[in-house]
Amino acid sequence: MSGDLNRREFLRSSAMLAGLAVAPGVLLYDLAHGKDQPASSSVRWGMLIDTNQCEEGCDDCVKACNKENGLPGGTGPADEQWIRKVELKNIKTGKITSLPMMCQHCAEPPCVDVCPTGASFKRADGIVLVDRHLCIGCRYCMMACPYKARSFVHEPLHDQKPEVPRGKGTVESCTLCVQRIDRGENTTACAEACSKAGHKAILFGNLNDPDSEVSKRIREVASTRIRADLGLDPGLHYEGL
Amino acid sequence: MKRLQAALLAMSLLISGTVLADVSVPHLDIGKGGHCVNDPKYMKLNHGDLLKRQRTITVHQGVIGRYSLIRCVNCHASKVNHSVLGTNSNFCQGCHVYAAVKIDCFECHSSRPETVSETLREVAK
Repeated sequence: MSGDLNRREFLRSSAMLAGLAVAPGVLLYDLAHGKDQPASSSVRWGMLIDTNQCEEGCDDCVKACNKENGLPGGTGPADEQWIRKVELKNIKTGKITSLPMMCQHCAEPPCVDVCPTGASFKRADGIVLVDRHLCIGCRYCMMACPYKARSFVHEPLHDQKPEVPRGKGTVESCTLCVQRIDRGENTTACAEACSKAGHKAILFGNLNDPDSEVSKRIREVASTRIRADLGLDPGLHYEGL
Repeated sequence: MKRLQAALLAMSLLISGTVLADVSVPHLDIGKGGHCVNDPKYMKLNHGDLLKRQRTITVHQGVIGRYSLIRCVNCHASKVNHSVLGTNSNFCQGCHVYAAVKIDCFECHSSRPETVSETLREVAK
């Protein structure tokens, strides 16, 4: 009986000692090398887009996205577009609704389901990305996406932004400005440009945090997801549709 | 006869000298250089594996680690043409041409340090 107690005590104290010995080393390593925490599923990045505030003809969000990510800015069928301005007209009432359209960062992304190489993936924090090291350019994901959100790079590129590598033969789409998020910033280029223009139509934030501005607003106002019937649980919510 | 012998000897020495110069390691413009994440001997052998491992961590977990390609380029870009590519004395191209190993990192990634590529884009506009 006493032997069992001793054994238990021994294990407990040795585990504590091991913890004491390992913890400072790990901490010091992280401090020295500036190691970030990996993307965590406690966060889900998303947006609320207020179409009532989105101005017809304004494309500041598109321009900001192009500048942030080094995109050429063409709008032809073969040009890379990570965000588009779309105008909808209700034929019966004549009401025109203007809204930005991009990757909806679904919780159940069809682009990930169809990818044969695992290049299309969803990060733990809900951002849907393409790992272009694995992408073979088959474009199945472009066909699977109901939002037409992805683009294919047809031509060789030069002078890409160091933080946004892009290249011929791969598929790409909105990354929710992942380079900013990984730096610890809490805004995207489009949301920033929209507030700067005074519209404040794009609200970006953590949907999993009940106290974040975007979560509060989603609780207060009536919002919808585009093609909610598909059950993809997109991270982008639209207000006023 | 002796003069001919001497001339032949000198010529053979010259030829072998140039051959020797050709097989010596490439002379690299290492930019800022110096000891960074590991010693140069280790990096010479293992940089490929380190970068491959780092790329998965960066893309899938969002961790900008110590073996970030941006950091390599920031220090090792030539001070002449501000790039790791371009001529056979540039840091990446020099060795890869010598070893005949195709390098495709820079079909997508920037071969210039952060500040230089920023100014280039501004000029292009």
